[in-house]
Amino acid sequence: MKPTIGRRGFAALTAGAAVATTIRPAAAAPSVLRYVKNGNLTILDPIWTTAYVTRDHGYMIYDTLFAMDENNAFKPQMVGKYEASPDKTLWTFTLRDGLEWHDGKPVTAEDCVASLKRWGVRDTMGQKLMDFVKEFKAVDAKTLTMQLKEPYGLVLETLGKPSSVVPFMMPKAVAETDPFKQISSHIGSGPFIYVEAESKPGEKHVYAKNTKYKPRAEPASGLAGGKVVKVDRVEVIEMPDTQQQVNAIIAGEIDVLEQLPHDLIPVLKKEKGVTLVDWNPLGHQFVIRFNWANKPFDNPKMRMAALYCMQQEDYLKATVGEKDYYKVCSAAFVCGTPNAFDTPNGLLVKPDFEKSKALLKEAGYDGTPIVLMQSTTLPVLTNMAPVTKALLEKGGFKVDMQSMDWQTLVTRRTKKEPADKGGWNIFHTYSVAADVLNPISDAYMAANGAKAWFGWPDDPEMEKLRDQYAKETDPAKGKALAGAIQTRALATAQYGWLGQWYGPGATRSNVSGWLKAPVPVMWNVEKK
Amino acid sequence: MLDFIARRLIAIIPVLTVVAVFVFLMLRLTPGDPAAVIAGDNATSDQIDAIRAALGLNEPIWTQFAIWIGNILQGNFGESFFFKKTVAELIAQRVEPTLALAICALVIAVSIAVPLGVLAAYRHGSLLDRFVMAFSVLGFSVPVFVIGYCLIYVFAIELGLLPVQGYIRIGVDFWGFLERMVLPSVTLAVVFIALIARMTRASVLEVLNEDYIRTARAKGLSNRVVLMRHALRNAAVPILTVIGLGIAGLISGAVVTESVFGLPGLGRLTVEAVLSRDFPTIQTVILLFSVVYVLINLLIDISYTLFDPRIRY
Repeated sequence: MKPTIGRRGFAALTAGAAVATTIRPAAAAPSVLRYVKNGNLTILDPIWTTAYVTRDHGYMIYDTLFAMDENNAFKPQMVGKYEASPDKTLWTFTLRDGLEWHDGKPVTAEDCVASLKRWGVRDTMGQKLMDFVKEFKAVDAKTLTMQLKEPYGLVLETLGKPSSVVPFMMPKAVAETDPFKQISSHIGSGPFIYVEAESKPGEKHVYAKNTKYKPRAEPASGLAGGKVVKVDRVEVIEMPDTQQQVNAIIAGEIDVLEQLPHDLIPVLKKEKGVTLVDWNPLGHQFVIRFNWANKPFDNPKMRMAALYCMQQEDYLKATVGEKDYYKVCSAAFVCGTPNAFDTPNGLLVKPDFEKSKALLKEAGYDGTPIVLMQSTTLPVLTNMAPVTKALLEKGGFKVDMQSMDWQTLVTRRTKKEPADKGGWNIFHTYSVAADVLNPISDAYMAANGAKAWFGWPDDPEMEKLRDQYAKETDPAKGKALAGAIQTRALATAQYGWLGQWYGPGATRSNVSGWLKAPVPVMWNVEKK
Repeated sequence: MLDFIARRLIAIIPVLTVVAVFVFLMLRLTPGDPAAVIAGDNATSDQIDAIRAALGLNEPIWTQFAIWIGNILQGNFGESFFFKKTVAELIAQRVEPTLALAICALVIAVSIAVPLGVLAAYRHGSLLDRFVMAFSVLGFSVPVFVIGYCLIYVFAIELGLLPVQGYIRIGVDFWGFLERMVLPSVTLAVVFIALIARMTRASVLEVLNEDYIRTARAKGLSNRVVLMRHALRNAAVPILTVIGLGIAGLISGAVVTESVFGLPGLGRLTVEAVLSRDFPTIQTVILLFSVVYVLINLLIDISYTLFDPRIRY
């Protein structure tokens, strides 16, 4: 190739770009909110997966019967009025006026019954409710009833469950999809309409304001109240690189960034055009899981010895760093919520390595290394395992920390084989705090053996207490039972909760109206 | 020539068969279960088992392989485990950004590197020659993402001349497309400029010492004619080989560049598919890359005949 042609080509390319930047309008239309989420949206069925990014998509286009407000109280959302029979076994829900699917058809009680049935197959809290449900019935177009076999104490908490899997209402034809297959239609009745024609997975997802949506009259509060949409369109841009997310918000190419890695917070704090927003006041909770199915953590003394080594602040400093964004909290059901209780004797907060060593001796620990799985691809979890390794070794354990990507970890944690045959002994994860506010929604508390969450704790006494909690309709007695459940979890060293942390998001300074909620929602958000 | 092309095209079949078996086995034998990834963090073992069964992952590995190959032979590349789309649709959506990036980067690289290499050879030992050599070492040594971040910092953040990220399709807005392609293309081109410039320099330098160059000069031909008509043409075969290898290298470079610049191309699709263990997508994309690689090598082989009449197939 002749060099002169190349030069001309290159000059034309760069000159063209320079001209383009000067003649093109720099700002986007003011009512388009460009939003980067903490993960790629690949699955569009919020009942099929528990992924938070899919849950958030659900909140855009679907609505719920009940919703949690910013004070953690459960309020009617699609429901206009509801009542329970005096014996609390028959619940009647009447849908409010004006509810409409995006295709213009009215929302009916039959749609809601079908939606609840599908969700009840997939969600752990839904499954628990279904154990008590004798029958769902659409009485008329707007009224549905739920006949229970016996009173259930968490009806509103379950129907208004804020996080995965959320009981979103879908049209009957969609909700009748096999719960283990993905839905293919994305018609909801929520405040935004999913614009499938303009959405390109891996590039962006487009939501248009649902102009026919009739918000409740009450002001928005948490996930409850009037869902008033103040932008015409939301574009969820898929941008995998966190450094680029920060660059893009500094350059004004995006308006909202859902969550920042903690090490990049100082960069944005200095930026004048950007505001940090802590939209989730409950934050998140770190967790350590033991594998009850195998040696050595089938022995409660071994698990207890490990818990005696834990020190929440070590984890929080290593992962989050800045004190503004973490809280030492010994309550399993999240500090500042109705079911919060401190642990006795500083367990999980202050380690006792001598006690740990004594317990290991009692348990007859033979020094076999504990297989600790470390995820290296989720930044907030990467430093958890090294802290655990250091703490456990101080307490007399030998630890084999094995590093892997998160996808490998989530696969390996399903294996029940012994650790030296491809299984595991310990791993860390975290949860949105809203998922663990009570002993039923908190999947880590389930102790029904093979059916329990990974680690498979098997404790009939714990299951008895959880059943009592589920049936209890008196809030005071329910709270006492929650305390008893936390105590039981510590007595058996079922798992460990390792502190709360907060992951702020960022917006351009002309964006306002974020709601305090465990889920980042786009109604009420305004762009000036 | 036609015989040669036919033989090379037929040779693609065993190559693709080996790639298909290797990729399929590699994905099944390395850790990572798409069902566990799909189900999300709060799912239980039962829920994951149900998804695994629905995806057909509980079938014996050879049954899965037979189904996959059978479908491919019928032109069905399967459906992504995650997106409710066929893999063919996904690839069709993602091919434009990758193609655009590769073409722009190649054009920039060849346009800059070949003249630089020729000049460096012509002024062997000069300041320019040393600069080209130093640039080559730098271009090889600095990772693509570092170059990308540096360019973004200077041209997008500090000077505000170009966008930080994103992609606009060429048919939607040509200027938008162009302004978003500049930084990624230059980023990706740097390493190839280094590679091609170095090879051009070495190749031209060797030719410049040949007798026929001395003869051409003795005939009174100008330096430009000597360089372009005699030296560069005779040095073209190794340069073309490097460009061909470079195009294959563009595929791996595109994976990083697309991630850094948020381009929704095949490179990013590959990364996303690998991270989520989306088996049908990974298998098809790798097969596609293999076909592209083989075809490019074939084209390069054919192009040798244009520059060197002694080469005949």
